Amino acid sequence: MSRVRALVIAGPGTNRDHDVNDALERAGADTRIVLASELIAEPALLGSAGLAVVAGGFSYADSLGAGRMLALDLALGIGDALRSFVADGRPVIGICNGFQVLTAAGLLPGALGHNAQGRFDCRWVVLDPVPQSVSVWTTGIEDPIHCPIAHGEGRYVHPDPDSLFAAGQVALRYRSTNPNGSVADIAGVCDPSGVVLGLMPHPENHIVRRQHPRHSRGGGGDAHLGLRLFDNGIQHAKGL
Amino acid sequence: MADRHRLTIRSIDPDPRGTSISSAAAHIGIVLADPVVVADVIHVAGTLDDDQRTRLAMAVADPLLQQTSWDPPASDGIEITFLPGVTDTAADAVLHAADQLGIVLTTAATARRIEFGPSLDIGVADDVVRRVVANSVIERWGHGLVEPPHLDDAPGHADAELITIRGLDDDGLRGLNAERSLYLDLEELRAIRDEYEGLGRDITDVEIETLAQTWSEHCAHKTFRAIIETTGGPDGPTDVTPLLAQLRACTDSIDAPFVRSAFVGNAGVIEFTEGTTIALKAETHNHPSAVEPFGGANTGVGGVIRDVLGIAHRPIAVTDILCFGPADLPLADLPEGALHPRRIREGVIDGVADYGNKIGLPTVAGAVLYDPAYTTNPLVFAGCIGTAPSRPIHDGPFPGDRVVVLGGATGRDGIRGATFSSATMDATTGEVAGASVQIGDPIVEKLLIDALIGAEDLYSAITDCGAGGLSSAIGEMAERVGADVDLDLVPRKYPGLDPWEVWLSEAQERMVIAVPPKHLAAMQARCDRVSVRLADVGHFTGDMRLVVRHQGHVVVDLATGFLHDGRPQRRMTAELPTPNRHDATGRDVAEPAATILALLAHPNIASKAETIHRYDHEILGATVVRPLVGAAADGPADGVVLADPGAREGIAIGIGVNPWYGLHDPEAMALAVIDEAIRNVVAVGADPDRVALLDNFSWGDPRRESTLGELVAAVDGCCAGARMYNAPFVSGKDSLNNEYVGADGQRHAVPPTLVITAIAHVPDADHCVTPDLAEPGNVLILIGQTETEFAGSHLDFVQAAPRNVGVVPAPDPDAPETYRHLHAAMRAGLVEACHDVSEGGLAVALAEMCIAGRLGAQVDALPHDDLATALFSESSGRLIVEVPSRSVAAFMKIMGRAATRIGEVTDDSLLSIVGVEPIPVDRLADAFNPGGTR
Repeated sequence: MSRVRALVIAGPGTNRDHDVNDALERAGADTRIVLASELIAEPALLGSAGLAVVAGGFSYADSLGAGRMLALDLALGIGDALRSFVADGRPVIGICNGFQVLTAAGLLPGALGHNAQGRFDCRWVVLDPVPQSVSVWTTGIEDPIHCPIAHGEGRYVHPDPDSLFAAGQVALRYRSTNPNGSVADIAGVCDPSGVVLGLMPHPENHIVRRQHPRHSRGGGGDAHLGLRLFDNGIQHAKGL
Repeated sequence: MADRHRLTIRSIDPDPRGTSISSAAAHIGIVLADPVVVADVIHVAGTLDDDQRTRLAMAVADPLLQQTSWDPPASDGIEITFLPGVTDTAADAVLHAADQLGIVLTTAATARRIEFGPSLDIGVADDVVRRVVANSVIERWGHGLVEPPHLDDAPGHADAELITIRGLDDDGLRGLNAERSLYLDLEELRAIRDEYEGLGRDITDVEIETLAQTWSEHCAHKTFRAIIETTGGPDGPTDVTPLLAQLRACTDSIDAPFVRSAFVGNAGVIEFTEGTTIALKAETHNHPSAVEPFGGANTGVGGVIRDVLGIAHRPIAVTDILCFGPADLPLADLPEGALHPRRIREGVIDGVADYGNKIGLPTVAGAVLYDPAYTTNPLVFAGCIGTAPSRPIHDGPFPGDRVVVLGGATGRDGIRGATFSSATMDATTGEVAGASVQIGDPIVEKLLIDALIGAEDLYSAITDCGAGGLSSAIGEMAERVGADVDLDLVPRKYPGLDPWEVWLSEAQERMVIAVPPKHLAAMQARCDRVSVRLADVGHFTGDMRLVVRHQGHVVVDLATGFLHDGRPQRRMTAELPTPNRHDATGRDVAEPAATILALLAHPNIASKAETIHRYDHEILGATVVRPLVGAAADGPADGVVLADPGAREGIAIGIGVNPWYGLHDPEAMALAVIDEAIRNVVAVGADPDRVALLDNFSWGDPRRESTLGELVAAVDGCCAGARMYNAPFVSGKDSLNNEYVGADGQRHAVPPTLVITAIAHVPDADHCVTPDLAEPGNVLILIGQTETEFAGSHLDFVQAAPRNVGVVPAPDPDAPETYRHLHAAMRAGLVEACHDVSEGGLAVALAEMCIAGRLGAQVDALPHDDLATALFSESSGRLIVEVPSRSVAAFMKIMGRAATRIGEVTDDSLLSIVGVEPIPVDRLADAFNPGGTR
């Protein structure tokens, strides 16, 4: 079976595009980084892809709110193409700035506000997959995912989190430490169909065991790799 | 004339910026009764209907997070806008959004609006804004509705001026020097006058500014290149080799096989693993950070990243070493015109974080030091490391190559930064230096990296635009070839700039490359892809002249030989220090347990977690050993290790700095901090035979003979240390004149501050070592010798020092061999944990290991009969190692006499040292990091 073609979408100031590109490659995808401007000029690139990522970073320097300008570019430039990509069931993941972009573009519910403590924060967190979630990215993952956060605007805001839980749209929750004041400890949400996932933490920075801060003391391990999310996304794309 | 509109955006939930203003105000003794509200204001000009206003508001604000209004607020408030020409990235985003929406705007600007509530007195509100919110160096503010600057306001005429220099006597030259703030010596001014008398013409303002920048201490390193006569040494008055030549000769004599380029170009280059080179550089940005902490530190990081890019390497990590005055300095003790250390600290850390986080580089290694001497002269050292596939270093430019400027447009920002950096500061510095300080735009620099990495075959030479702007970048590139450039082709932020301002502006995020004409189109295409501006402003000539044109007139015509070699070599006199090396004095410690806790709580030793968490140290996925390690991720690591996820080999970064030793014995300080930097990398698993060093000196005014003597002694120590460890210096930087003249006329200099950065090869990144204690029952072993060496020690900060402070730590001649043995033991898998012994001595190092591992330690054999010496002396060359008991014999066999068993790891959560009341590990952690892991 041929490899899944993955697109990593980057805007001006996206900076974890290479990290997630490496993760997808390690998970077995045929992957490339494409600028939003290139994608808008050539939407056919999206047509030939089986999976898409909006990568993390500081697109447009987070000016006027994280992710807003890149969301505007994508919504106005290829909004329809993105919606039909999702309607086909092809998996999309937005990480950190990519999550902010997808909420601002209306592909995911809610919004991301300034961290409750008022500062950028970088630390490792533990994410519990929510068993009832419809997300194709977390299907079958029972062990918590360990990976770092690195953001200043990661406080997930939603007017009715209970409805998200009820609809199976909460995919990941922070365990024990809620690092940014997100409502109901929500770390990752998906769209009602489960193919679009957004999360603030960086699973792409835990793709080998050595990246775990406690790896030399028995911490982490294969079951907790962030890579598992990408394995899942690629598996789903393969099954389409 | 287009209509003007203002949109006010308010956060629905409390805006954390308001809380931080309240807390900053409280620190200066102003308690604000009401919550502070911060709103953002967007000013736009254009003909907008209601529908367009609605769509624009929806594009720039999120209804779940924010409320917007196009009506001017009725409440009281203070509005803060940028001064003309200061980078306003949010305004650029507004223009971008409007463009996307098909809305035509002529201008955009942004502002902050601070509302203190009705009960606050206007004068107090002003005071809070002035002291903890806004900065007059880059911003202006007022009550009510404040209009942003209109760019067409920028004044200026647009011609080069001719300045009479021929025939000026010494007084006339001094007058010219003061009038234009040239900061040149009289001999240098005479040399310029003589040159122009020989040419038979007067000098243009562009030429004299070019010479002042090129010949500034900052660019020319006049002190490090001077002939220095020393007095006070054993042989009477002696001429010493220029300091820079000494460091170069030292590197040459070490002849390390991995050095590819040392002391040439923008950064040093080494090659540990065949096929991959590593570029390394560290810079200071001290003066700018004193007057505008955020912008100063921000552009300091941006500048050093460009240094690495300027030697064709992809930046992979940033380091920062920060020196501040005490955060709890009483307001009454704050000198006139200086910012409070707490404000400087917040601004500097935010500035480093903003640049590093946004450009997408991990900020991994660093240090934060506090001393009253840094109150008026904070120090900001920023370093960068990059990698590249091995290739020959660019050897151009060649005649015919185009002079190409990439990146941001040029404005009136950062004018005369090089000369400003070379001056002494006083109470008025903040006001006069306004134009010398800039705000960075890390996204533009990120795009520059994207444009340049992979384009190495398209250019023949590259350099960054730093101090001195184009004058320095193009001037240096043209040194051996000559160039002819036209200022009219340099992109401007706004009209009205004088030619010398365009030529000298230190507008950020620009690089200059020499492009053979056949590659220009390919380079243009690469830049277009990532929206980087490319300007072809001239060509390299081959006639050895630097010619600059403006509106058809030649405004600079200088022989490159005169520009670069016409400066008379400085002659200076240094009085060597006479440190105490023999009269050691001990200390009495009445309550050792309380002393251990006091040391852990001392700001220099206490946890830096609050700072470290503000930096992204995970991006790129290569961080293997982080700055914080251990069971609760709150133990201080020695060095950090970077290795690509798929690679076995990696690099370690270690820092050594200790100005307090420098106050007593600068030469011994240099040896001690080289040892510390190397020990830090060895402790995590690096190979002691593959270490390269960077030096960064921040000193007082070298024209004071004792200050220069301290510098000479420190350079002696650097050379001795490099030879001792076979660790060559590959690059360095000096920042002199870190002095402040107080209102009383007294000069305040920084203590001799030498930062050593060690970069070392890690052969096996899968098996790095960290300081967190691992397993109860394992044996603790001390490596190295403990002597009574307390001068400059941190023990003397937590209890009164005796009149005779004794000696600072002396170098341990056995250390290089000891480190080789330790490395062999690590490679053999015998070492579970390792930590260096530094500030606070053995007791603090043990406590840090307990905190990191959340385990106890039982220490029953002390390394010295005197308890205070055993616990708190800071002798060099020492590490504590945790070894499983089954491996102790093998470990001891490798280490020989250098290692002594001192105790073992326990599971009772107590640090129990013989002769000291046991201390619970929780209490140690509490003292070290009172706020928990935040």
